[in-house]
Amino acid sequence: MLKQTEGSHAVAEAVALCRPEVICAYPISPQTHIVEGLGEMVKAGEVANCEFINVESEFAAMSVAIGSSATGARTYTATASQGLLFMVEAVYNAAGLGLPIVMTVANRAIGAPINIWNDHSDSLSQRDCGWIQLFAETNQEALDLHIQAFKLAEEVSLPVMVCMDGFILTHAYERVDVPTQEQVDAFLPPYEPRQVLDPKEPVSIGAMVGPEAFSEVRYLAHAKQMQALERIPQLAEQFKAVFGRDSGGLTHSYLIDDAETVVVAMGSVLGTIKDTVDEMRREGQRIGVLGITSYRPFPLDSVRAALQNAQRVVVLEKSLAVGIGGILSTDVRMAMSGLQLHGHTVVAGLGGRAITRKSLRGLFGKAIRGELGHLTFLDLDWNVVNKQLERERTKRRSGPAAESMLRDIGVVAARIG
Amino acid sequence: MSFQPVHFYQTGTFTVGNRLLSAEERSVQANVERTNSLNSGHRACQGCGEALGARYAIDAAMNAARGRLIAANATGCLEVFSTPYPETSWQIPWIHSLFGNTAAIGTGIAAAIKVKRQKGQMDDVRVVAQGGDGGTTDIGFGCLSGMFERNDDVLYICYDNGGYMNTGVQRSSATPPAARTATTMPVGPEPGNVFGQGKFVPAIAMAHEIPYVATATVADLRDLEYKVTKAMGLRGARYIHILVPCPLGWGAASQDTIKLARLAKETGIFPVFEAEHGEVTGVLKIRRPQPVEEYLKLQKRYAHLFGKKPAVETIARLQAAADKNIRKYGLLDQEAN
Repeated sequence: MLKQTEGSHAVAEAVALCRPEVICAYPISPQTHIVEGLGEMVKAGEVANCEFINVESEFAAMSVAIGSSATGARTYTATASQGLLFMVEAVYNAAGLGLPIVMTVANRAIGAPINIWNDHSDSLSQRDCGWIQLFAETNQEALDLHIQAFKLAEEVSLPVMVCMDGFILTHAYERVDVPTQEQVDAFLPPYEPRQVLDPKEPVSIGAMVGPEAFSEVRYLAHAKQMQALERIPQLAEQFKAVFGRDSGGLTHSYLIDDAETVVVAMGSVLGTIKDTVDEMRREGQRIGVLGITSYRPFPLDSVRAALQNAQRVVVLEKSLAVGIGGILSTDVRMAMSGLQLHGHTVVAGLGGRAITRKSLRGLFGKAIRGELGHLTFLDLDWNVVNKQLERERTKRRSGPAAESMLRDIGVVAARIG
Repeated sequence: MSFQPVHFYQTGTFTVGNRLLSAEERSVQANVERTNSLNSGHRACQGCGEALGARYAIDAAMNAARGRLIAANATGCLEVFSTPYPETSWQIPWIHSLFGNTAAIGTGIAAAIKVKRQKGQMDDVRVVAQGGDGGTTDIGFGCLSGMFERNDDVLYICYDNGGYMNTGVQRSSATPPAARTATTMPVGPEPGNVFGQGKFVPAIAMAHEIPYVATATVADLRDLEYKVTKAMGLRGARYIHILVPCPLGWGAASQDTIKLARLAKETGIFPVFEAEHGEVTGVLKIRRPQPVEEYLKLQKRYAHLFGKKPAVETIARLQAAADKNIRKYGLLDQEAN
């Protein structure tokens, strides 16, 4: 059914259609509307046989999820930013135990300085935790990916994060097609756990493992992600057969067949990039876009295939690996290994900084003219940075940096434009 | 009806041969059908109070739950000595997740059971979450308090040996004053653990007004079985805090575990009581009052109090703390015998 609705509510409806059995949540912006929606649906009895638990922290949220998933219940939670970091120990544990929990990450920056707006620092910080990470480009895809995520998680016995840009997607109202219960039931079978806490067949889960088997157990985590790499495109095909839409898969490419320049990115910014590319195409530039949907497992082969005819690659990412540059770019460069093409990392949109078509046009133009360096911070205000660096050079007690820089800019409240 | 200890004075204790009792009065451990939930062959130290407490507590819980029990276990001695991969001593479904989240794991298990029961996919299965004092009073305290305030249907059992014994005897918030640990060494002007710190989680559990809170020791195993059985007869959040001497961490002889647990109770150092909805409903009275020295001197962690120049003032402060417990919980009465 077509609906004009908020991204968070679309996700809540999708999760409810997946017949979850246990949902636990701790509120954090911009995840709140998702769990509020689900809480209301469960309380109103619209989701049959489901427990909704308000917990005291994100660490508890993931821990409750581990307990319920290990007892065979289809389990869901959602978080963002500091919340994801607060639950990290349990996040690793859920993956290590092979529990198919599905969690929405409403992507948000990580402090300090505290910032509630969107970038990808939170889930990318969990790159190596063993969870599958799928990035949604639109609210429709966010909705669809949740339905696929439960199926994928339960098939390979791994937890899945569905990542959607905080505010940009979670709080945006747009048209989505909400599937019927019959469609979802046709796609997603009931959960059959590989391991379960059951008095009829007692097992011990979470025993200590020493050097004699630890490598093998860890290798299995990698092998399961490689299985997921095969399953993700197949599930997208199955999904299309039932729901009639292209959603999910490993990557989305746009006008790359003859592209000399390929822009690689994840999430909602792909829309702005495609609009910019359309403009530049009309002016005769051979430029295309590669969107990464599956960040973990990372589709090295698909990315390589998409880039092999290009001359240059611009990885535009909403994340920063302090001390080296890009996080996504590092993976893309691994996919490019042996290919002779120029690679550029562009760090953009940190903490909700708007990524405009105007800035992107300038950026891509520079790349095409060979004027773009290896690492660029899009729209960085060098005056503010240099002023602070000068302050630190000249004064030992230069004070708290963020506060000084805000004073220099002369704005008090967040201005994201 | 409250628990009535059986007096059988010839042994000098409250113990009694099961064969002298009627079948329904016998201990769970006396039953040949007992579940051996924590089976033999595990790797606990000789005289480990925690292994003994866990065996009695979980078998009693299994008995009360008619064999349908799931246990969640915090990281710590109990987890390590019972499950070196691929061996396990647990005869029941058991999960270890992390050090600080065991109460929340219990919440998740209970939630899943509730839904599975609604769907007719599961019998009435009960949940026990368990950990040491570090995993309970320190790192796991947030999750524990959350589980309490939501009144989740979980029995949480804390095995309190007064420190981080698994990592090499460091101080926890359950380490008593003056005790030596690896991080409260008997040096400086105030040797051992300082006074005026630490917390008594049973009292904090009571402040949550949960249906049931009890303390117990491994010296009174019938009392422990009774309390576990009682807790299992109730729904909602329940908490049992068991004092379990640790020969390694306390510097005590392995054969003194029961004796030390009894002295902790008889001196008033560890009050043994039960409470419902935040109010004390019963105490285990002191039978033969003892000065705290009798308890302290058996333990090397207090050896610095008994050197050439005994730390009379410190011992007096410990006695005062025990006396306060005796007054507060009414551990002595005229009819005690």
